[in-house]
Amino acid sequence: MFELLLQGVLLGGLYTLFALGLSLMFGVMRLTNTAHGDFIILGAFGALALNGWGLNPWVADVVVLPIAALLGYAIQRYVLNQTLGKDPVPSLVVTFGLSIVIQNALLETFSADPRSIESNGLNIQSLVLSDSLAVGVLPALILFIALIATVGLQWLFANTRLGRAFRAVSDDPEIAELMGLRSKKVYALATALAFMLIAMAGVLQGLRTTVAPSDGPMLLLFAFEAVIMGGMGSFWGTLAGSMLLGVTQQVGFRLDPGWGVWAGHLMFLFVLLVKPQGLFPKTR
Amino acid sequence: MNPIIEKQFAVERGHAYTRILLVVALVAIIAAASLPLWAESSWMHEFVEIACHFIFALMWNLLAGYGGMVSIGQQAFFGLGAYTMLVLGNFWGVNPFVAIAIGGVVAGLVAIPVSRIAFRLQGGYFAIGTWVIAEVFRLSFANLSAVGGGAGTTLTALRGIPKASRESWTYWIALLCVVASISLVYLFMRSKRGLALLAIRDNPVAAESQGIDVGSMKLAVYTVAAFGAGLAGALYFVGNLRISPDAAFSVNWTAFAIFMVVIGGMGRIEGPLVGTLVFWLLSKFFSDFGSWYLMGLGLLAILTTIYFKQGLWGYVQQRWGWSLFPTQRRVVLTTERSA
Repeated sequence: MFELLLQGVLLGGLYTLFALGLSLMFGVMRLTNTAHGDFIILGAFGALALNGWGLNPWVADVVVLPIAALLGYAIQRYVLNQTLGKDPVPSLVVTFGLSIVIQNALLETFSADPRSIESNGLNIQSLVLSDSLAVGVLPALILFIALIATVGLQWLFANTRLGRAFRAVSDDPEIAELMGLRSKKVYALATALAFMLIAMAGVLQGLRTTVAPSDGPMLLLFAFEAVIMGGMGSFWGTLAGSMLLGVTQQVGFRLDPGWGVWAGHLMFLFVLLVKPQGLFPKTR
Repeated sequence: MNPIIEKQFAVERGHAYTRILLVVALVAIIAAASLPLWAESSWMHEFVEIACHFIFALMWNLLAGYGGMVSIGQQAFFGLGAYTMLVLGNFWGVNPFVAIAIGGVVAGLVAIPVSRIAFRLQGGYFAIGTWVIAEVFRLSFANLSAVGGGAGTTLTALRGIPKASRESWTYWIALLCVVASISLVYLFMRSKRGLALLAIRDNPVAAESQGIDVGSMKLAVYTVAAFGAGLAGALYFVGNLRISPDAAFSVNWTAFAIFMVVIGGMGRIEGPLVGTLVFWLLSKFFSDFGSWYLMGLGLLAILTTIYFKQGLWGYVQQRWGWSLFPTQRRVVLTTERSA
């Protein structure tokens, strides 16, 4: 029982990293990025490609992060900013189009085979906690990174100039502009930050299991469920939602291998029905 | 003292040529109905397939373009209609052609409880939330061994019918479904409820203050859209005979519908019609390019949304004022006399 819970929490760590980027983009510019999962996969394949060009795998995993940030900045600045507004249709159609473009570009370049990122054996090492209990080093590391990222984002939003700018444009972009902020630039910075998280999530997913070009939509749904279940109030909510999703899926998988993802979806719908504001509904 | 000018006006909707168009449409439908008498069977098969795409896109347009509810989960009702038809036909001996209509009705009925959950979300969240719901449907049917689980199954109910008459009947039913769905959406948009729907799309708060019951209107649109999607799904698999959860609940159905509506022009009935035509032509010439073709469709949708928002028919309507299905109301001054 405890072991099941622990497995769920470790899986939740990975989902936290999937969800933080989505939560950030939701929070700052009310943008629903339907290509979120595909960008995660793109991050993993980016690291794989760098590795393929002769870069040491660990170096490749790190170098992909600033590249992702630049890509995020450019996409927000030159594409997504033009779709923002009261009407949700343009941003949804554009990100959905991006999703299809990325999936098929990856399919064309890397084929449909799932592959994983070389971790020099890290993925099979384990930490022995007691006679009967051991956890993998990599999942534990991912959980640790997820906690650091959550704390870091929460701190950034509460205590820095950039965080204040994010909150200001989120509350009212027009007033923020009057106060001297350029909201479109702030949006681009938020997306750059989100894309670093996205690429990190992709790399860790590639290290832990496998990635394939068609995996994106499923990861988007996991990230979305975690964000909504947690509530839009804070990144702590996103963390809690991810843990709930991880544990539910793990319980489902234990009952029947075909039920894990399904159980996670049902838990999401259940939370939506009984607590539509999520677990932590306070405003950021 | 200035004379008081009293203006008299009338609300106009159709044009003089609307009646002519109606006659042309009737002739076209009769001509199309004779197709099984002289055309090859591959034409009929192609028509059925494209008709399903069209009905699905028309209903997506009703939901998103008129109702303002952008869903990425309409494939839930497409698949549900299809599986309903299959279960009725295979297990209960219902004629599959009759079961098509029942499939649509079941999809519409199921949409009512589903809306209780889906309507908790708005805007972009609604879009992805409906996608989750569609995935729940897909995974549920994949776990049902009675209908073949994840591998799917075959529609055996049509076994006794000769191939030629099966194809002709499928074609006629498809034609009937297309005409019925266009009429349904057109008459709905011309009715009082259609006007209410447009008011809600433009400003829900103002609409509510004018006495429109926003909640039940949205539910009505969601139900009708689900009915249409279910009809399209049931029809598609009567033409295809082989069903699997991955095919029936594929997000590609919605992806293609979004493409068609965006290219043709959102929020107008001509939009999906023109969009389907473009989609059909593109797939005819380029679908052999596989992933390059899909990349092209994605890019085209992105560029259209950013630089050509009104879509093809929106452009035509702005430029020349043409309208095949006039649902807009215009105020026309008739006389101007001083009192």
